[in-house]
Amino acid sequence: MLESYIPIIIIIVIAVIFGIVNVFFSSLFGPKRPNKEKLSTYESGIEPIGTAHERFSVKFYMVAVLFILFDIEVVFLYPWAAAFINLESAKMLYSFISVSVFIVILLIGYIYVIKKGALKWD
Amino acid sequence: MKFDLETVLFISLSVLSVVSAIYMITRKNPINSALFLILNFFTVSGLYLLLKAQFIAIIQVLVYMGAIMVLFIFVIMLLNLQFQKKKLESYSYKSLTSILLAIMLFGILGYTVYFGFEGKFKGMSDKALEIGTAEKLGAELFTNYSFPFELASFLLLAAIVGAIVLAKKKFE
Repeated sequence: MLESYIPIIIIIVIAVIFGIVNVFFSSLFGPKRPNKEKLSTYESGIEPIGTAHERFSVKFYMVAVLFILFDIEVVFLYPWAAAFINLESAKMLYSFISVSVFIVILLIGYIYVIKKGALKWD
Repeated sequence: MKFDLETVLFISLSVLSVVSAIYMITRKNPINSALFLILNFFTVSGLYLLLKAQFIAIIQVLVYMGAIMVLFIFVIMLLNLQFQKKKLESYSYKSLTSILLAIMLFGILGYTVYFGFEGKFKGMSDKALEIGTAEKLGAELFTNYSFPFELASFLLLAAIVGAIVLAKKKFE
């Protein structure tokens, strides 16, 4: 069974080597002629304002938290999707009902999110 | 001990895992710590694969390396940790207690591993080889274990409500 992962291991090893070789050799052979303009922060040609370590709005965090929670909901649906076709018809119905209850409970949460305006950006 | 592919992978993954964990807790820049935590999650996902738990390995990559790391990085940006100089800790016996606690933890872990598993582990059972796949997991989870599955939805609902209540002032 583990042997079937050999191609994945090979591609991971190649990807790591590719990244290391690219960065290493370009730093080895590339010309290094720094000047003040080159070393300044590049911000699409606009003069940078303040530091990069700005304090971000809590809205980003809210979106990330809600994304994770609904991501976990979807994660539960993967094994259901994979198993559903091979189940007996009685178990099929039962699993359908249990997943429906699961989704309805989370739908309540989703409605709560929308009603509270947690995903509104302004 | 035979050096087949599994042993080599296990040793390299666990060494990488421990090394990345040590790097994670010793970096000064929190973003660097987060990157090493991603590497650590990746190696743990590889260890899950070695335990024939393919589904958990994929979920580890999808949820932990993907979603939870984004959350961590947002938390770092939200807290706006500057490159802080290490403040002098007021607690003076810090290194002594940490060494003592580390020895105690190592003792407990060693005791458990040595006396708990000695001679009891007789390889993986055939059922364990199957249960890691998404098909088998789904067939069990949604029929025989549907109650814990529904409880998980309540947990998620509580988390949704909790996250919104915690940040509520922003929306009112």
